[in-house]
Amino acid sequence: MMRTSDLVASAGRALRANPLRSALTALGVIIGVASVVAMVALGSGAQAQVERSIASLGSNLLIVVPGAQRGGGGVRGAAGAAGNWDSLTLDDAAAIAEIERVTVVAPSQRARAQLVANGLNWNTQVEGVTPAYLEARDWRIEQGRMFDETEERQARRVVVLGATVARELFPNVNPIGESVRVNGGVFEVIGVLASKGQSGFGMDQDDVTLAPLTTVKRRISGRSRRADTVSQISVKTASEDDLGVVQEQVETLLRQRHRTRPGEDDFTVQNLSSITQTAAQTTQVFTYLLGGISAVSLLVGGIGIMNIMLVSVTERTREIGLRKALGARQSDILHQFGLEAVALSVAGGVVGLALGVLGAWLMTSLFSLPLVIAPQNALLAIAFSGLVGVLFGAYPAWRAARLDPIEALRRE
Amino acid sequence: MAPPLIEAADLVKLYRMGDETVRALDSVSFAIPRGDYCAIVGPSGSGKSTLMNILGGLDTPTGGRIVIDGADIGALDDAGLAQFRNRTIGFVFQSFNLLARQTALENVELPMIYAGVTPKERRERAAQMLTRVGLGERMSHRPTQLSGGQQQRVAIARALSGRPALLLADEPTGALDSQTGKDIMALFAELNREGVTIVIVTHDHEVAAAAKRTIEMRDGRIVSDTQNTRARHDAHV
Ligand SMILES: Nc1ncnc2c1ncn2[C@@H]1O[C@H](COP(=O)(O)OP(=O)(O)OP(=O)(O)O)[C@@H](O)[C@H]1O
Ligand SMILES: [Mg+2]
Repeated sequence: MMRTSDLVASAGRALRANPLRSALTALGVIIGVASVVAMVALGSGAQAQVERSIASLGSNLLIVVPGAQRGGGGVRGAAGAAGNWDSLTLDDAAAIAEIERVTVVAPSQRARAQLVANGLNWNTQVEGVTPAYLEARDWRIEQGRMFDETEERQARRVVVLGATVARELFPNVNPIGESVRVNGGVFEVIGVLASKGQSGFGMDQDDVTLAPLTTVKRRISGRSRRADTVSQISVKTASEDDLGVVQEQVETLLRQRHRTRPGEDDFTVQNLSSITQTAAQTTQVFTYLLGGISAVSLLVGGIGIMNIMLVSVTERTREIGLRKALGARQSDILHQFGLEAVALSVAGGVVGLALGVLGAWLMTSLFSLPLVIAPQNALLAIAFSGLVGVLFGAYPAWRAARLDPIEALRRE
Repeated sequence: MAPPLIEAADLVKLYRMGDETVRALDSVSFAIPRGDYCAIVGPSGSGKSTLMNILGGLDTPTGGRIVIDGADIGALDDAGLAQFRNRTIGFVFQSFNLLARQTALENVELPMIYAGVTPKERRERAAQMLTRVGLGERMSHRPTQLSGGQQQRVAIARALSGRPALLLADEPTGALDSQTGKDIMALFAELNREGVTIVIVTHDHEVAAAAKRTIEMRDGRIVSDTQNTRARHDAHV
């Protein structure tokens, strides 16, 4: 019966006897583990980024837009249905506000506009909104203030600039109090929005300008056929759990009001949390895919270990015969060679983990993604490399253990 | 009278080579008492090594029965045989069979590792054994740094380190020059006088003459079993 410390010492001695060969053998596992760790970290980082940026659109948020949803989730207007883009009205918004568990309703009208200030031009989206819009979208004012209900009702010529617009039009000046021309009319800048960064779909959320809804309807998107239509209604609920129920209630309500039946809707209610989930799932599949491909290289590393262990058993046949003659049992030999394989692969796993973390850090900082490395994944990588050692070391160790001592001692 | 250390009855070892069957041992019976020093001689292929392998628990007989120090060799499983080799037998090989990367001391420790002896006790016993065979100054040398005779002394120290009941040597002087061979034989005689039972295979008549008893084999059978005259035995020492 061999002591564990002697077993470990003999494995260590065998691996140190041929350091270059041991290192090269472990290299397969090192590369395998490093790429699995790096790829999974990269995928998790991308996933976290997508979730974070979709959440930045606003939490507990339903967005109602005109037009029917077709097929795989895209929003399109029903072909040829005139007036379809005008199906949502301020009255719809008011009716939605009556639904229980709805905390904020913010109708808005979007228009493209050319902004000019200081001789600088910027083409951007002007969003005609009510003051409630900020709360609905979890948006903050960075500088200055938002317009109030009165200014909104009176169709004042004031704007709140998105961070990008403010930077483009007023690179060196404090924009508050400055005037800006929007499609020819002169507006006063009263505030600047806090930056939200890119959306999950790669769009710059800060490239926008907020103006009172009434103002936009009357002075900017003047071509609108009806004065009370809006291009979007943002609906915020008390909690995320309410989203599903409220979504159904909004749909029922709008069908009643528009006299349409399910399947013929002239509007779409988007649930951002479900979009978030879908996007997160997509990136997760992507993560598993990357990890799976990398795992193949771990497999190749395992085969390398098996190869070298088989060579080693052949080379050390005489030693094995001698050990048996001196009293080693089959299990002693099995453990000795098995442990050598496991030590090789676990050492490879540890080095690979370190390299993988380093690689993940380099790549995520390159793509400015968050670095996400779950400790259990790191442990899993080590455990997995140990498993590779056991699996691929088992056969060579078994061959060694089964050697006939007389034959083995006779070998040159 | 105490039971003999080795008791073999009608031992048969067959090797099957395709259609042919080789009778390497053909109904061999003998007994070796404790404290004996026995040389096995015979022409090449007569079954000497085959017998030694069975005595050492490296192989099991095809037929017959052999009991060594109370253990029925034919009835032991792998773990039983391993323990038997470890506790009861000390092997000395013609080609020394030392581990090249380990020092003399570590080589001598090897059987005790499989016996589960603590490192401290192992080291002490190994050092004792090396001193006993006259290598007290060479403990940290590696085999390549030792002469053939010194290497065989390390191997003998290794064989004795587990305090075996039986020392087996298959042509231990075969790879040594005649003077070094004589020195090794002198060591064996000394060990035997201290009580170690020794069985040795040899082609060398002088070596055989140094033993107390000579068993001669031919074609897998024992053809003669003679006690050497005490005078010759003592004269050689
Ligand atoms: N593994 C084996 N397979 C087949 N035949 C074998 C095997 N081992 C030994 N033999 C045969 O058994 C017989 C006895 O062999 P053994 O090795 O015991 O002879 P020996 O007396 O030791 O010879 P030597 O003096 O040359 O060492 C020989 O005929 C040999 O060919
Ligand atoms: Mg032989």
